[in-house]
Amino acid sequence: MNDEYKQAAPVAAPGDPALADAVLEVRGVRRAFKRPHGEPLVVLESVNLNLHKGEIIGLLGRSGSGKSTLLRIVAGLIKASDGEVIYRGEPLHGPAEGISMVFQSFALFPWLTVLQNVEAGLEAQGMAPDEIREQALRAIDVIGLDGFANAYPRELSGGMRQRVGFARALVMNPSILLMDEPFSALDVLTAETLRTDFLDLWTENKLPIQSVLLVTHNIEEAVFMCDRILVFSANPGRVVAEIKVPFKHPRNRLDPRFRQLVDDIYSRMTVRHATGKATVLSIGERLPEVSTNLMAGLIETLASETYKGRADMPALAQALALEVDELFPLAESLQMLGYAELESGDVQLTPLGLQFAQADTQVRKIGFAKQMLTRIPLAAHIKSVLDERPGHRAPAVRFLSELEDYLSDSAAEHTLSAVTQWGRYAELFTYDDAAEAFSLDMPEAEAS
Amino acid sequence: MDSRTGAGDPKITLNELARAPAAVRRIVAHPYLAVRGIARGNLPSPWDIVAFALLFGTLVLISFGTSQFGAPLSALEKTPIDLNPWALPYYALRTTLRMGAAMVLSLIFSIGYAALAAKSKRAERVLIPTLDILQSVPILGFLTFTYTFFLGLFPGRVFGAELASVFVIFTSQAWNMTFSVYQSLRTLPPDLSEACTSLRFSPLQRFRRLELPFAMPGLIWNMMMSMSGGWFFVVASEAITVGDQTITLPGVGSYVATAIAEENLGAIGWAILAMLIVILLYDQLLFRPLIAWGEKFRADNEPGQVQPESWVLRMLQRSRFAALLWKPVDTAVNRILRPRRAAAARAESPLQLPSWTPLALDIAWYGVIVLAAAYGAWIAVRYISHAVGFGEVGHVVLLGLATMARVILLVAVASLIWVPIGVAIGLRPRLAAMAQPVAQFLAAFPANLLFPVAVMLIVSFHLNPDIWLSPLMIFGTQWYILFNVVAGASVFPHDLRDAADNLHLRGWLWWKRAMIPGILPYYVTGAMTAAGGCWNASIVSEWVTWGKTHLQAHGLGAYIQQATTDADYPRLVLGVAVMSLFVVSFNRVLWRPLYRSAERLAGVDE
Repeated sequence: MNDEYKQAAPVAAPGDPALADAVLEVRGVRRAFKRPHGEPLVVLESVNLNLHKGEIIGLLGRSGSGKSTLLRIVAGLIKASDGEVIYRGEPLHGPAEGISMVFQSFALFPWLTVLQNVEAGLEAQGMAPDEIREQALRAIDVIGLDGFANAYPRELSGGMRQRVGFARALVMNPSILLMDEPFSALDVLTAETLRTDFLDLWTENKLPIQSVLLVTHNIEEAVFMCDRILVFSANPGRVVAEIKVPFKHPRNRLDPRFRQLVDDIYSRMTVRHATGKATVLSIGERLPEVSTNLMAGLIETLASETYKGRADMPALAQALALEVDELFPLAESLQMLGYAELESGDVQLTPLGLQFAQADTQVRKIGFAKQMLTRIPLAAHIKSVLDERPGHRAPAVRFLSELEDYLSDSAAEHTLSAVTQWGRYAELFTYDDAAEAFSLDMPEAEAS
Repeated sequence: MDSRTGAGDPKITLNELARAPAAVRRIVAHPYLAVRGIARGNLPSPWDIVAFALLFGTLVLISFGTSQFGAPLSALEKTPIDLNPWALPYYALRTTLRMGAAMVLSLIFSIGYAALAAKSKRAERVLIPTLDILQSVPILGFLTFTYTFFLGLFPGRVFGAELASVFVIFTSQAWNMTFSVYQSLRTLPPDLSEACTSLRFSPLQRFRRLELPFAMPGLIWNMMMSMSGGWFFVVASEAITVGDQTITLPGVGSYVATAIAEENLGAIGWAILAMLIVILLYDQLLFRPLIAWGEKFRADNEPGQVQPESWVLRMLQRSRFAALLWKPVDTAVNRILRPRRAAAARAESPLQLPSWTPLALDIAWYGVIVLAAAYGAWIAVRYISHAVGFGEVGHVVLLGLATMARVILLVAVASLIWVPIGVAIGLRPRLAAMAQPVAQFLAAFPANLLFPVAVMLIVSFHLNPDIWLSPLMIFGTQWYILFNVVAGASVFPHDLRDAADNLHLRGWLWWKRAMIPGILPYYVTGAMTAAGGCWNASIVSEWVTWGKTHLQAHGLGAYIQQATTDADYPRLVLGVAVMSLFVVSFNRVLWRPLYRSAERLAGVDE
């Protein structure tokens, strides 16, 4: 691993003047699960973080990198295994007054109108009905929902629903706003409108909020909105870099310095894979659940005249309308199989990848099978177990429990599901869903 | 923008609008129409008069219907059932009130039980399997115990007998409702649940804002199913003979029982008519409005394709009188549920208990359960072995097999008849829309009212009761197969039908490759319900009477009925236990695996 991104700069040591205006402090927060045998499973490695007044902080990373976990610990929705969150001078226990959250899925109550949704949080505080109504209407006004007060969420577009989500959070008069990928369920144009609307309110000081914590997997969004970005890596989730964004709002996405910073973050996020290339994968390596069609599609795109085998990741993400969460696992799976290499924000096809692009389906499958057996230990393991067994059958649960020694339950399931898909494509083995078992027997017409 | 545009004055419209169907809401949301809508609302409308009349009529009827409760039991004997058709409205009222009381009980029970099971792991381990068994137990077999118990609680009072009858209906309604609420509470959307925590809702507020609304659509649907099954039991539970004591509570069921004893076919015809009207009224006045209202609790945020409509609901929503009545209720609920202090205190650090506490609690809790279960089993075994001996057990199991053979055969025959018809109806949307309420209605109709007719036919044609009594068992429950299949076929994807046509799938191949896998989950649900109903019905249909004529088939149902009539408790316990065992294993061995593989075939995930 490179030194430059290895450790996040310690944000504020005790006695640091910066501590004075810290709205919230995260001290050595870690989250791990006990397991019946073996080491505890670490989801989030120790994180230190200070939220200052007037700051938007981005938590950037891929799924499974612990960024959402950190957000939920700050929200008081889950507990940290170690460390503590200090808010208003006291350790945080459960959801605190003054910390509000906006959800990726909006999380609106479908049976309540917009107005009732916004009022729900105030009701919980035991406020007088008149006051509740007044504050809710004001929040609805600020967020631009006038005229929709009596509508039910199902009558609204996604953008309008998320506005309700914002109004519901803001009406609580929070000093800290937590946002969990708030724009990722929206289409590109709507998301951009909401972002700029929010930033306008923020820069004009129309919001009660002192500080914002934004979880995202969209690099551009992070650079567009945040003053400081913490980059997370997965397995276990930890902060690998902290990046200051020096631009003033409103920011211009086409500004070369903006582009440069986006590129920069892309390469930081791909560095690990370049160094990981030489290392041999283990059986417990997490496999991204990427369909073989997508892989073939990316290989063909890279081999085309436009890219000639090499592409800049940010440009590619934009051209293919893929988000980091989609493009990275895809590129990573190509790298695992030896079809491509990632370095400093670029993806480059290997000779094998170029061959794959030229080949027809049968040749592709044969090549794919070979790559799987040599490069993915889990695939080789399943194949050898099936070869050894007299009936050439093995229950899925056997491999699942082996994987669970290394991975969390859901990660183990995803990994097994990925290897199943790939193995089926490569015709290495088949999987019987009803019996939940792997086997070598292909349907008869193919076997004969 | 002004915050009031489009909403009118929120204070006036909000409460009304919250309950309006989407179409109405959209209209009223328009600024111009909103003003007009409110202006019109100020005048008393004809709906107000209807609402007023309905409400006070109901109040009067309830007080009228319950005025006899305090009377001693002998009053029942002094005023025997009057077979004059004009007495029927009163009897129908009593029967309806019993149903209503049982439904209220079931609602309270289902929410409480489900909440307990969903929130405590320890309770769940015991409560859910118990519920599963309760659901499979033949209710009618318990009639005797129920009556003995409640008459013992209120010796010599009509109230005891009324309670017993209500309890029987309750046991036929509560279990599936409870399961439905439990399922809902276990599958609360995680994001909404997090939102509740994040907004620091109190447990009560969480219940009102999230848990209850989310459980509502499933609960309403199951209430309707329960109600439809309940009519059968209300008829069976009103007139009962335990040993030498005969109790006839005033109601449609007793009316029929008396008519049977007096061989009065005309009276039976009137009773059937009365029942038809009562079911129709219940449907129109209670369930249509409930379902239409329940629409707003659907958790998916997309607009539904078909908006259920109800004229009663529309009336209530438009009538200012109803709104006037509703308002104080709404305010009262709000006041009760408003937390005095924010739930901040809740998050304070919990009690510090030693780390072995949960384990110790587990051991104690499960230990007590196991001991209690062992003790129960020992008592039952001892009771039966002392009183009847184990030879009887073999005999009862044989009878159980006979009844089982009937159930299987009947479900198979009914399936052969109703699946093709159901598919044919379901694929024609307009026909399905017409047939669906009829099938649901037929399922609700208590088939036991028709038994006397069957008896007469069997007697006059000298038919073999072992064969010809059997169809009675499925008579009331076959409709579940029909309307589930209709439902399945009508949601069968249109593109799949087109694809099947395009591939020239015809005849058996069309059924095998396209239709059967598509409707299988629905069919299995229907067949499972029908079979369950069959077991229960066997108790009243393997043993029927008409005046002095008495017909009996060989089976477990007749055995239980015989034991009831003889007040032979050990045989009764044995019969009911064996039947429960049969039903439970039937469910475990046949229906559940079938359902699971049907779901997998149909590509339903999780």
